[in-house]
Amino acid sequence: MTENARVLLATTNLGVFRHGRWLIRGIDLTVRAGEIVTLIGPNGSGKTTTVRAALGLLKPDEGTVHGAGQCRIGYVPQKLMIDRSLPLSVMRFMRLTGPLPKSEAIAALGETGTAHLANAAVQDLSGGEFQRVMLARAFARKPDLLVLDEPVQGVDFTGEEALYRLIGEFRDRTGCGILMISHDLHVVMAATNTVICLNGHVCCSGSPHSVAASPDYAKLFGPQVSDTMAIYQHRHDHTHLPDGRVRHSDGTICDNHHSHGDHCDHGGEHGGEHGGPDDHRGLSETETVTSGDGR
Amino acid sequence: MMDSFFARALIAGIAIAAMAGPLGCFVVWRRMAYFGDTMAHSGLLGVALALLFNLNPVVGVFAVAAAVSFAMLALEKAPGLSTDSVLGILSHSTLAAGLVLIALTGLARLDLHGLLFGDILAASKTDILITYLGGAGILLILILIWRPLLAGTVSPDIAESESMPTRRVRMIFMLIMALVIALAMKLTGVVLLTSLLIIPAATARRFAPTPELMAVLAAFVGIAAVVGGLYTSLWLDTPSGPSIVLAAAVLFLASLAAGAIRTLPNRHRMEGRDND
Repeated sequence: MTENARVLLATTNLGVFRHGRWLIRGIDLTVRAGEIVTLIGPNGSGKTTTVRAALGLLKPDEGTVHGAGQCRIGYVPQKLMIDRSLPLSVMRFMRLTGPLPKSEAIAALGETGTAHLANAAVQDLSGGEFQRVMLARAFARKPDLLVLDEPVQGVDFTGEEALYRLIGEFRDRTGCGILMISHDLHVVMAATNTVICLNGHVCCSGSPHSVAASPDYAKLFGPQVSDTMAIYQHRHDHTHLPDGRVRHSDGTICDNHHSHGDHCDHGGEHGGEHGGPDDHRGLSETETVTSGDGR
Repeated sequence: MMDSFFARALIAGIAIAAMAGPLGCFVVWRRMAYFGDTMAHSGLLGVALALLFNLNPVVGVFAVAAAVSFAMLALEKAPGLSTDSVLGILSHSTLAAGLVLIALTGLARLDLHGLLFGDILAASKTDILITYLGGAGILLILILIWRPLLAGTVSPDIAESESMPTRRVRMIFMLIMALVIALAMKLTGVVLLTSLLIIPAATARRFAPTPELMAVLAAFVGIAAVVGGLYTSLWLDTPSGPSIVLAAAVLFLASLAAGAIRTLPNRHRMEGRDND
């Protein structure tokens, strides 16, 4: 958003060294109130490590973090294993880190389409349902800073777009800052202010458009860039994404990828080796739970 | 009433069950059953050290159990060894060290049954006083740290990033575990104590809709096991400690049967929803 909005979280030269190597190094990122910052990058590029270090869950070996302690945070982690021996209803889970009136809990669950699950045990929920519940819990905290680690994983594709829209609306309504990890650049673009492309270090960052046009991004996501070309090509017959999803694309996004593709020259050279879109075309819309990690 | 050894055993046993039940719930939820076991096993080393330095055994057991729990926290981060293996190493080496030390000093004759099951029938009025005071303190602390401890059990990451004092609370939890072990060791031994931690919690799970109710229920299940086991031992002239463990196991089996009947109609519905 604006340059003078309140800084909620800032890291300077953040580095985490584990098991003989730097998982991340030299990460500078700033999240201001009202701003959505999205981290993208391949598997193992340090997205989750960056977020965990920024939240103070990992002790950084280098650099500094400012602000995490000063604002109210709502956190949706990537994964949660809750032992079945713990009798925990969705409603009780909503109150995990602080009291919450029932009406507000139900309202937040309603926003993510899970109000009917209020009395279910969290262990009985499907991956996508639990993801929505975790998002509702984070919303209900009325956070200054929302931290989302792949918030739509396991959510079916219609729900995925709705949830991204919801996250954007929540930002608009509350003015909170959002730090989000996502692998779906093409989906994330609409609402995101800043994209940070990670590969152990900050590979490139800036507005979604500038990142998508950056040569570093093209280098890092080479085959994928040409996949997103495929999105464009398939746009009119209802796009098959490389991770198996089917989506009606947003026009502006595709234009951008298109122009990006023009000077990246990935048009056909990866066709043989990735073959992604065609391989996955048989998948139904509801089978997307883990396929997104396949890249 | 306090003059009868049987009544004293009942009164002391009820207090131990009342504190072990709620704490045991966290042991079960956090998948720490073996951890509690290890801390309890280390108790013998505490007894030996207390004998050696002429301290109250409660102090010795508390110190060693607390040290073992912090050693565990530190070793958790050591690469290349699973937590199970570390626990196995600590559990048995501290137990063996306790046995060797007691033999070396020749200060006490080792009573294996006493080590495993304690001697609840030997509960003195002082034991009762210590158990009740300590138990009340432990339950009060548990209530005070309840929300952050539960949040940290569900997700340490969420709890910590949302400003709950997760690490401090986990330390406090370890310390009150060590305190329970220290308070109960003489009366319950290793096996009866870990039984009173685990079995009532597992039994209560079947009937508890919330974590809070499960903790309360676990305390009552433990108390029922103590009362039932002690009266059975009186009636059949069986050893008291093992009788209490068996009573707890019988309650657990009954809960399994009751739970199976209760969940039958729900099963279909749950499968239907689990289709993502």
